[in-house]
Amino acid sequence: MPIEQETRLVAGETAENAAEAATEAAPQSRHITSPSLKGNPDELRDLEAGLDKLQSDAHRKARIDWTRIILPIAALLVLILAWQFYVSLGFKRRDQVPGPLDVLGQFGALWAEGKAQEAVWTSLQRGVIGFLISVAVATPLGLLLAQVQPLRRAFGPLISGLQVLPSVAWVPAAIIWFGLSDGTVYFVVLMGAIPSIINGLISGVDQIPPQYRSVGKVLGASRIQMALQIVLPAALPGYLGGLKQGWAFSWRSLMAAEIIAVGGTIGFGLGSLLDQGRTLSDMATVMSAILAILFVGILIELLVFAPIERRLLLRRGLLAGSTR
Amino acid sequence: MPVVLEHLGKRFGDGAPVLDDVNATIEQGEFVALLGASGCGKSTLLNILAGLDQPTSGALEVPSDGAAFMFQDSALFPWLTARGNIELALKLADKSGRTSKASRAARAGELLDLVHLGGAGDKRPHELSGGMRQRVALARALAQDRQLLLMDEPFAALDAITRDLLHDELERIWKETGRTIVFVTHNVREAVRLGQRVLLLSSRPGRVVAEWNVTEEHRTDAGRAGELTGTITRRLREEIRRHAN
Repeated sequence: MPIEQETRLVAGETAENAAEAATEAAPQSRHITSPSLKGNPDELRDLEAGLDKLQSDAHRKARIDWTRIILPIAALLVLILAWQFYVSLGFKRRDQVPGPLDVLGQFGALWAEGKAQEAVWTSLQRGVIGFLISVAVATPLGLLLAQVQPLRRAFGPLISGLQVLPSVAWVPAAIIWFGLSDGTVYFVVLMGAIPSIINGLISGVDQIPPQYRSVGKVLGASRIQMALQIVLPAALPGYLGGLKQGWAFSWRSLMAAEIIAVGGTIGFGLGSLLDQGRTLSDMATVMSAILAILFVGILIELLVFAPIERRLLLRRGLLAGSTR
Repeated sequence: MPVVLEHLGKRFGDGAPVLDDVNATIEQGEFVALLGASGCGKSTLLNILAGLDQPTSGALEVPSDGAAFMFQDSALFPWLTARGNIELALKLADKSGRTSKASRAARAGELLDLVHLGGAGDKRPHELSGGMRQRVALARALAQDRQLLLMDEPFAALDAITRDLLHDELERIWKETGRTIVFVTHNVREAVRLGQRVLLLSSRPGRVVAEWNVTEEHRTDAGRAGELTGTITRRLREEIRRHAN
């Protein structure tokens, strides 16, 4: 290997380094290539390090983006002002269309009575528990359906159909089966949330680039490993979409159940408050309940789902250029 | 253990055969470049060697533990870091569950060092350049610890500077690890640069129609290397021209 030795010495390597590298390369010496870089691991390493620096993005530090906070608040203020403006025009009687201040006052009164807290707490608790049970049931079912073709073909249309069926339709049946109890509420919530979580997971799995499965197969993944280590994480963005929708369905179904099924051992939730406002023809209470339902929904989205989703997409490099 | 292909054929459905009567023997530790124009079934052949696809005729002899595979795009999992990708490969390769998490982490560190990415282990694939991603993919393929390494145009999508560098890198790693490498490419210069032997695959159906040895002389003498590149290019073009009518 005279040529290699020479280039080493010209490059100003220490004799020790050269000797070391030479013994390394010696056993397979029949493959000597163009003289440019050959057999000089340090030079190659430096070159690569330089190229890596040039080609990969410098890390940008994230800072707090105030527009993210200011803009939604501004939008809310505009809507409230528009509402107040409409009320002050006086087209309708005040007890039919209360203004923002009337509603705020009524909500304050409900809060002082302890009714508002009770309603929010009862509903939130049921919504969260029902949602968690749905996740626990729907995730294995969804994975099974997505991974096993005959099951998918057999039950796929049914699951899609169940998602279209309004879960309110289950309320009468649930009342007959479970009476006016928490069982009714949970049954309706599960029937609303489970199909949409399953569908979200399935569509997430359908959107996995086929190459990931090939890689998994080449790497020697078993069926279970493929499902848990490759398919599930790869489908996570779609699955999360399904979870968001599942939560929305839980919350909506819960309200429907609470409005229709009142009395018995069923506790006092936001839907019950809404129904009470209706029977008393108390529009301010009705509006308070509607806004409370809306705000709980927004809070869950902002505090739970948005950060998880943002983090998930950011880590996969999927947020660049989005308007989020 | 050598890789032997005997009268290997493959057709999809009732279509024309993609591969027809492919014969080749690849010795252990050999670096073979598989060259051909587009549509010659190179990727199909690799998939068959990897066990992702089955031949419709002929016999195939590959190491019983299968083959490691490197794809044209890195196909790294975006939800894992560079290190996580390698650790997952180690975990999936370990059928008996004997290795501990710590030993897998250590091995992943060694493999990252081997591809000169010791400092980038905690980066995610989208934070890496194309060349770095391919090196992580190479480390992941090596993590499988299989004698046979199949590479499907792994550097085709890279810029020229990076590709040249990765050629040196791959050659170094091949020497250090003594793997048998089957490297698919449609770039004649790349085939001559890397392979000890270049196999030319005809198109539609794919068949090994010519074969050249790349000797030490070609490595050291740019003139000889250019000559060989010219010869192979002419033969390749002849093969492509056959389809003109």
